[in-house]
Amino acid sequence: MDIANYIYLSVLLFTIGAIGVVIRRNAIVVFMCIELMLNAANLAFVTFSRVHGNLSGQVASFFTMVVAACEVVVGLAIIVTIYRSRRSASVDDASLLKR
Amino acid sequence: MTTSTNLVYLIALPLFSAALLLLLGRIADKWGHIFATLISASVFVIGAIEFFAMQGRDGEARAATQKVFEWISVGTFQVNASLLLDQLSICFVLLITGVGTLIHIYSIAYMSHDHDRRRFFAYLNLFIAAMLLLVLGDSYLNLYVGWEGVGLASYLLIGFWNQKPAYATAAKKAFVANRVGDVGLSLAIMIAFTQFGTVTFAGVKEGASGASAGALTAIGAMLLLAAAGKSAQFPLQSWLGDAMAGPTPVSALIHAATMVTAGVYLITRSNFIFDASPTAQLMVVIVGAITLLFGALIGTAKDDIKKALAASTMSQIGYMILATGLGPVGYAFAIMHLLTHGFFKAGMFLGAGSVMHGMNDEVNMRRYGAIGKVMPITAATFGLGYLAILGVPPFAGFYSKDKIIETAFNAGGIEGILLGGATLLGAAITAFYMTRVIVLTFTGTKRWDENAHPHESPFLMWAPMAILAIGSVTSGFLLSSGSALVNWLQPVVNEHHEHHAEEFLPPLVVSTMALAFVAIGVAFAVLKYRTVPLIAPTDVSLFTKAARKDLYQDSFNEAVLMRPGQKLTAGLITTDYKVIDGLVRSVGWIIQTTSSTLRSIQNGYVRSYALIMVLGVLALVTAIWMVTL
Repeated sequence: MDIANYIYLSVLLFTIGAIGVVIRRNAIVVFMCIELMLNAANLAFVTFSRVHGNLSGQVASFFTMVVAACEVVVGLAIIVTIYRSRRSASVDDASLLKR
Repeated sequence: MTTSTNLVYLIALPLFSAALLLLLGRIADKWGHIFATLISASVFVIGAIEFFAMQGRDGEARAATQKVFEWISVGTFQVNASLLLDQLSICFVLLITGVGTLIHIYSIAYMSHDHDRRRFFAYLNLFIAAMLLLVLGDSYLNLYVGWEGVGLASYLLIGFWNQKPAYATAAKKAFVANRVGDVGLSLAIMIAFTQFGTVTFAGVKEGASGASAGALTAIGAMLLLAAAGKSAQFPLQSWLGDAMAGPTPVSALIHAATMVTAGVYLITRSNFIFDASPTAQLMVVIVGAITLLFGALIGTAKDDIKKALAASTMSQIGYMILATGLGPVGYAFAIMHLLTHGFFKAGMFLGAGSVMHGMNDEVNMRRYGAIGKVMPITAATFGLGYLAILGVPPFAGFYSKDKIIETAFNAGGIEGILLGGATLLGAAITAFYMTRVIVLTFTGTKRWDENAHPHESPFLMWAPMAILAIGSVTSGFLLSSGSALVNWLQPVVNEHHEHHAEEFLPPLVVSTMALAFVAIGVAFAVLKYRTVPLIAPTDVSLFTKAARKDLYQDSFNEAVLMRPGQKLTAGLITTDYKVIDGLVRSVGWIIQTTSSTLRSIQNGYVRSYALIMVLGVLALVTAIWMVTL
């Protein structure tokens, strides 16, 4: 199997994730898209680890998973809190920063 | 040179009194006027004592000096606050304090209904102090302090009733016109300092003999400008008429007898400059001749009695200035005319004030008439002043004015004939307008306002008028008998009697001609003013219209100086606003606009931040890719 296909898949997943972050309003979906981008990166790490024949890439992917797990904990907590106070999970509603 | 210790009191006493009355405020209301009058009288007594002491000394020792303190000491430049009382100063000291005291006395009654009388007397004393400093200073710089001081006092007194906007404006006008002259004086002092390294009269006199003609002419021209400002001479004459807004005693003291003659003093004091510069002298006589005719012409058309007298003052000072420009022989006659004029003009102004006092402050002579019957003393004293100004023998003006006319003719050549002609013509016009004042005011039929109840003024008012009238009768004879004043002033003005040898016309002929001209003027006025309409007729000659408008002096100043000046300031303001401020403001505007444009990126939407991040990463990656390719 051609190794490039893994990279194509990774790029595809990352792009879908990035587009999702930019165009979706629902915070949960945006969050999921971020996870998708992280996993696309993981896939690339693992692929390149295989290509180079050492384990650095795989170690990096573990780090990414740990970070992703922490992020999910904090991020979901924030989203739930915002939803509680505003009855909405839309990221566009939380635009107070400009003022 | 004698040293004296009394001179400083001449200035310190009235200055102290002015400060006291102004600082004490209303507490001094009850006795302020009496205190100021006593101070003025005591200064006169000191002056008289000094005068008799001077008589006791002779020759070189006559002049007295007093060093009060060291004023400026910078390197080689040293100015002491020193006073110099010489034969010239003492004439002025006696005139200022003598006439000043009489006018103080007069003002006690004249201003009795004014609740600011104390302030008025404080200003009068301030004036006396400043004027004495002017004539007693031994250097141009000391003189300058007094010069500014009298300007200030004049400003304060013209605008004494400053609740009337027109009067306040008149005060400002006088101040501004004087300021132009003051610039001339300060320039003259600066030139003198650069040329001679000193500003004392003695030092400049010493240096003048070896100075270049150009420098002397420049100093002379600047001094003349200063004199023109202070003495209301052409081309700075326009303020004097409006200065009549001040109370009448002020007009009598400051704007007739003393302050306006400061220009004559300045030129006489600087005789060493003018004697050494024929060009400057020529300028002086031209200014004098123009002003004497200018003032006289204005006087012929004025219905306001004070303005008619003011025009007359301008004209008479023109005579004095002309005389000072005629060289060593003229100075003494200028000073003599100044002294006699001080008597008769102050007397006539006080007379005018007395008439106004009785006529509810009416100044329009067309509303007077037949006042001589109800105010006999005023009419008599005014009449004596009138005879004096006309130059009828043996009244004061005859001795002083005829001498000036004679000296003008003796100037020689075309110049002499022109100047003599101008002075003779001036005498005729003077006779005309003064007769007009007399006829309109004291004789003829009553043209009074129905509320007017003229009555003779109180003793405190007519006594000073009577004393001044005696002066107008006798001063000329006393000053000229045996050439008393000429000999007295001789050490100051360096007159040598050489000019008397080449007389153009003998004195008798000149006097006869002058009298003939005066008679013509009087006859004209008497014939013309047999009936006086209440409203000034409007179908008058172009010439009368011009004279009524002060020969367009204000229109000229407005068109040539004021309006271009206003345009200039408006232009400068616009330039400042548009260009200089515009530069500063445009910097702010650019930053503001840029920042408000950039700020719109910060819209608060997470998604747009994410998009920008993505785009940024893409750009970064592309850039790296391009580089490594």
